[in-house]
Amino acid sequence: MADGLVSPRIGRPLSDRLDLRLIAEMVEPRSRVLDIGCGDGALLDILVHERAVDGRGIEIDMGEVAAAVAQGLPVIHADADTDLAFYPDGAFDYVILSRTLQATERPREVLAQMLRIGRRAIVSFPNFGHWRVRLALLATGRMPRTEVLDRAWYDTPNIHFCTLTDFFDLCALDGYVVEQWLGVDDEGKRTPWRRNRRLANLFAEQGLFLLRRG
Amino acid sequence: MHQHETFEEGLALDCGTLLRPLDVAYRTYGRLNDSRSNAILLCHALTGDQYVAETHPVTGKAGWWETLVGPGKPIDTDRFFVICANVLGGCMGSTGPASEMTDANGAKQGRPWGTLFPPVTIRDMVRAQAMLVERLGIPKLFAVIGGSMGGMQVLEWAALYPTRVFAAIPIATAAWHSAQNIAFHEIGRQAVNADPDFHGGEYWRHGTIPARGLAVARMTAHITYLSEQALTRKFGRRLRTGPMLTFDKDLFEVESYLQYQGSTFVQRFDANAYLTITRAMDFFDLAAEYGGSHGGTLGEAFRNSPVRFCVISFSSDWLFPTAMSREIVRALNAAAANVSFVEITSDKGHDAFLLDEPDLFRTVSGFLKGAAERWSHG
Repeated sequence: MADGLVSPRIGRPLSDRLDLRLIAEMVEPRSRVLDIGCGDGALLDILVHERAVDGRGIEIDMGEVAAAVAQGLPVIHADADTDLAFYPDGAFDYVILSRTLQATERPREVLAQMLRIGRRAIVSFPNFGHWRVRLALLATGRMPRTEVLDRAWYDTPNIHFCTLTDFFDLCALDGYVVEQWLGVDDEGKRTPWRRNRRLANLFAEQGLFLLRRG
Repeated sequence: MHQHETFEEGLALDCGTLLRPLDVAYRTYGRLNDSRSNAILLCHALTGDQYVAETHPVTGKAGWWETLVGPGKPIDTDRFFVICANVLGGCMGSTGPASEMTDANGAKQGRPWGTLFPPVTIRDMVRAQAMLVERLGIPKLFAVIGGSMGGMQVLEWAALYPTRVFAAIPIATAAWHSAQNIAFHEIGRQAVNADPDFHGGEYWRHGTIPARGLAVARMTAHITYLSEQALTRKFGRRLRTGPMLTFDKDLFEVESYLQYQGSTFVQRFDANAYLTITRAMDFFDLAAEYGGSHGGTLGEAFRNSPVRFCVISFSSDWLFPTAMSREIVRALNAAAANVSFVEITSDKGHDAFLLDEPDLFRTVSGFLKGAAERWSHG
C-alpha cells in the first residue's frame, strides 16, 4: 500500500477520500464486494471503476440511494440491522462497513452477518478512545464533539461508540481473525503506531480493520 | 390496421391450447444499431398498449410514456431501439378475444373468440414478445422495462430468458398479485358481467358493448391507481354546482372526473380483453412457477441470474406497495443477483410511474448509463 496517496477532491473533505482510498487498497481487484451504508456510492465508485470489482451497496437514506443509482451504481435501499439476513452465505469476497458500525442498532449481529455473507469484512469506525475525545470529556464534562463526531448527543445517529481496544476485544470474543488493522489520524493518513494498539487507541481518530472468520 | 408480425406456427399457451396463428402488434422507436445491441423492450400495463411515444391512433392523446421515452429522454431513442408490443390477449392488434377465432390448424372459424378465448398468463405474454424480438433479429435485449403489469412481464422475462436480457427495470410491481388486488379486479369483472349489454360475453353477436359495466370497472380501478393525497389535491371536496344536495345529479368534481375516465376507456378497450388480462394478472405468481408457494422460493426464479436489476417503487402506491418491491429485492439478494432498489417519494400513488417524476427519470437514466458501461465491456 502506497503512502501519501494524493486523491482528487470530489466535493468532500480530503480525509474522507483518503479513508476510502485506504479501504479500497484492502480489496483485491475483480472481487465481489458489498458496501453497507454506502451513502451516495463514493467508495463503490472507486471500487467499480478503479479496481474492477463486482460491487453492490446498501444504504438506509433514500436520497443517497437515489443519487447512487442515478450514477449507475447498484445500490439498494435497505437497513443493515434487518436486511443482511436475506443474503446467502459467502455471497461476497468482502463486506465493507465504513463509518457505520457505531450507527447500527446491533453492531455485534451486524458483524456476524457480515462475516456470514462475506469471506472477509472491512470495518472502519471513529475511535472513541482518541486523546481529544478523552480530554474533552474530562475537561468539559460534556459529550465530546469532534470533526468526525460532530453532532450533539440527542441528535446523533451514532449510538454505539467504541474504542479500538473495545473492538479488538469483540473480535477476540466472537472469534474473528484481525488480518490487518490501521489507525487513521485526523488527516486520514495511516498512523505510524501500527504495532502498538495502546498508542493507536490514543492517537488514531479512526480504526480500520480487515477481518475474517476464525 | 396496427403494425404487426404474424407467426403462422402459433404459440402453445400455458393452458395447453395452441393459439394459431399468433399476431403480435408492436411499435418501434429509434434505430437498431449494426451490432443489434441497443434494443430496449417496454412492457405496457393492463390498459396500456404499444403506442408508447406517439399520438395514439384511437384516442388522439399523447403516448403513455412520452415523458420517459423519446429523443434525449431517459430512454433515449437517439441511442436505443425501443420496442413495445401489445400484449397477448389485448385489443390493439395482437391476438386477443376480439380477434377472429381459429382452430388448432389455424383455420378461421368466422367469429371472434369472445369468451372462448383461452386463458393466457403473464408468461404467455412474454413468450409472444420473445417471438417478436427474435423475428426482429435481436439476439439479446439491452433492457426490458415496464410498470405495474408491465413490471410483472419484466420479472418474467428475467426469469424465463436470463441470457436474452442484460438489464431489467421492474417498476411499481410485484412478483405475485395480492388478495387485495385480485379483489379489486373481481369488482371490475362483476360490474362488466352485470351489464345487460354484456350478454354473457357474446355482446359482439348483439352489436352492443357493455359500456356501463366496463366504465364502472375502470372507475374502480382508477381509484386504486391514485392516492388519497392525489385525489384531495386534484379535487378536494370541490362542487360542480351550488352546495345543494340532490338525489341524482353529480355533486362533486371527483365524480364527474371518474365518469369521464370510465366513458373514454370503453371507447378504446374490449371488455373480454379486459377480463382476459385481469385474469392473467391475478394468476401471476412467479414463485409458484418455480416450484414454490408464493413468497417462499421466489429466489429460485432468479437463481444464478446474470441480469442486472433496478427495482423501483413509489412511496404512496398502495396497489403495488413498496413492501412488494422489497420482496422482489430480498429474493434477488437471496439469489445473489445484481440489484438496485429505489423507493421514490411521491404522493401520486400507483400512477406515479406514468407521470412527470424527476426522481424516476434520474434513476432510470442513471441505471441505464451504468448498465451500458458494463454491457460495452462484454
